[in-house]
Amino acid sequence: MKKLMTGNEAFAYGAYLAGVRVGAAYPGTPSSEIMDNFSRYPGVFAEWSPNEKVSLDVAIGAAYAGTRAMSSMKHVGLNVASDSLFYAVYTGVKGGLVIICADDPHMHSSQNEQDNRNYAKFAKCPMLEPSDSEEAKQFVGIALDLSEKFETPVIVRSVTRLSHSSTPVEHSDATPPPPPEEPPLYERNAQRYVMVPANARRRHPIVEDRLKKIAEYAETMPINFIEPGDDQLGIISAGVNYHYAKEVFPNATFLKLGMVYPLPEKLIREFADRVKTIVIVEELDPFLEEQLKLMGIEARGKDIFPMLGEFSPTLVRNCAVKAGLIPTPEAPPEIKTDLERPIRPPMLCPGCGHRALFHVLRENGVLVTGDIGCYTLGAAPPLAAMHTTGCMGASIGVAHGIDKGNVKDDVVAVLGDSTFLHSGIHPLIDVLYNQGTSTTIISDNSATAMTGFQEHPGTGKTIKKDETALVDPEKLVRGIGFEKVDVCDPYDIDQMEKILKDHLQSDMPSVIIARHPCVLNAKEKHTPPEVDPELCINCGICLDIGCSPLIQEEEHVRVDALLCNGCGLCVKVCPQEAIIEK
Amino acid sequence: MNNLDFLMAGVGGQGTILASNILAEVGLQLGYDVKKAEVHGMAQRGGEVDSHVRWGSKVYSPLVEENNVDYLVGFEMLEAARFPQYLKEGAVSLVNDYRINPPLVNLGKAQYPSKKEIESLLLSRADKVIWVEGTGIAKELGNPAMVGVVMLGALSNLVGGDKEAWLEVIGQMVPPKFVDLNKEAFLEGRKVTG
Repeated sequence: MKKLMTGNEAFAYGAYLAGVRVGAAYPGTPSSEIMDNFSRYPGVFAEWSPNEKVSLDVAIGAAYAGTRAMSSMKHVGLNVASDSLFYAVYTGVKGGLVIICADDPHMHSSQNEQDNRNYAKFAKCPMLEPSDSEEAKQFVGIALDLSEKFETPVIVRSVTRLSHSSTPVEHSDATPPPPPEEPPLYERNAQRYVMVPANARRRHPIVEDRLKKIAEYAETMPINFIEPGDDQLGIISAGVNYHYAKEVFPNATFLKLGMVYPLPEKLIREFADRVKTIVIVEELDPFLEEQLKLMGIEARGKDIFPMLGEFSPTLVRNCAVKAGLIPTPEAPPEIKTDLERPIRPPMLCPGCGHRALFHVLRENGVLVTGDIGCYTLGAAPPLAAMHTTGCMGASIGVAHGIDKGNVKDDVVAVLGDSTFLHSGIHPLIDVLYNQGTSTTIISDNSATAMTGFQEHPGTGKTIKKDETALVDPEKLVRGIGFEKVDVCDPYDIDQMEKILKDHLQSDMPSVIIARHPCVLNAKEKHTPPEVDPELCINCGICLDIGCSPLIQEEEHVRVDALLCNGCGLCVKVCPQEAIIEK
Repeated sequence: MNNLDFLMAGVGGQGTILASNILAEVGLQLGYDVKKAEVHGMAQRGGEVDSHVRWGSKVYSPLVEENNVDYLVGFEMLEAARFPQYLKEGAVSLVNDYRINPPLVNLGKAQYPSKKEIESLLLSRADKVIWVEGTGIAKELGNPAMVGVVMLGALSNLVGGDKEAWLEVIGQMVPPKFVDLNKEAFLEGRKVTG
């Protein structure tokens, strides 16, 4: 039976069918739904790990134990987990280990658009790249077989357009093979698994030799194949780009690569001998193109298609026309209009606790080093109360550095609860240990809200929503040794401001936990306030909190009751007391 | 079997994604190869949400191509106005007669285009623009969030497929306690183009 599935649903389904029993991940767009979906299958263990490195170590351990395992993450998550990837390639694995990693061309929800195919080459780890959901399902199983055959982790690369598109998948009642009835003893082999220099030196030649063998094996893998067509033009592509290319070059001969590293050189040479011109259609870096050129095979690619952004059939067609590869298609005349169509930038939701915090920070002119999460939207006008954001956990170290770099400004780091547990603990130790004076604000909404309200160690619930130990950030920072710690609800803006000022004036390193559960997650909603048109002088001060239900009309401001969450922040900031709580 | 490309454009929270899921599923039930892609930014609520749905005998790309869209379904007027370049000549635009101001308009720093301007922009490619009181109908039935199903009702007359096939998919895909109401919304939408 055919069923429409997103790429992420299909990855999870494929992992389940292939007998993956341990899955670990930290959520990150566009990869989050992989582990969410996997956790719902029977007989599997799935977890939200505090960060991607931990998730990969967990999966590696399970694979050492002989169990099939999966770790999934977004592209920048592999930066965090890369240390583990590199050692796992050296030690190799016993049970199959698949790392599903989703790139985000165009940065729909990311800080960069790095091309993680480079990790395959860098870490000497094979990489598969499915092009639709059916392949996503199948390639997980193929990756696990490959992983066990060659005793190596295998990366399966996705992109936003695969992870979040729905395409038909063959779905059946098939179930995975049952686990062994009696658990086996762990196979102890320190020479292989203890990466001290003497052992690692013995492992490196194995890694190099293994890559050569996998490249030979790639020649026989049916996921790398030639689709015969007009040999005047030969297209090489992989992943979703293959489908865009099929739309644009329906008659060309194709080489579709299911494995993008290592490459099947003989197959590529056979293809090159057959076609007149080779054109490589690949998003982001010239990863395939460079390898072909190293083989001495002439190919076109980045002279035709951009290195930036996300491809689409429109883009591939326009580039192909420009390069003279296809004739200009018949198209309706171009639309020329100067009609203003104002954008809808992402904004903090009505009722969001982060808004109250940023309001107080802005009113106090504080320099804010930020982090990755919903609260990064505090950088957007009219709040405009965040001044740096780099990657997960960077806020605290950057604030400490600015503190030591000595500027006049008061500096605070702001990061969310999930981000704090992901990578905020070590920099916080640094602030204390190295006699910093900066203040860290954990803007605690009790969820990994940005990626879809996933649980984390601070919520007291597992991925399956079962009750579990709760890591309390307050106890944690006091346990590290912080003495100046306060907890408050940012919606109490007077109290919030009082605490902030006290912390800024203090020479002690300090932490404020600004706690207001995400209103979407907690489903918290109150009666919307109303504006008294007699009292409102239309000064616009309430509009500066950047809350979408507040609408400026000719005479006064109005509250859109459909959009409003009734949080009451506008009531508090109105100097005329013209916004009346109901 | 004709290939049909749909572009659904709305604002986060309007149910654009559910409606496109239903549309994709109906295509599958009618025997088409189907692909669907969503394009949305970081916002949980209130941002732009576009969904591409393609029906065909064989579909490669999940993304529709400019100059090729048969049906543009706008859940909000301004959102429809962003995509005239995607329309093929002779396309049909179905637009919910409903306006949600972007923040800059609320702040008095940008102008929301008029209905007439939007219509004439879409008509530079489309054969016709059908205005649907989608939110109005959904509100009357008791829930403005059903606007998507109303729009699908209006669309269903144009693209064909047995009415029952649509209703069956709606029954499978909306929350159980809202099935009857959604079916009603769909049938009300059908009246607009019927």
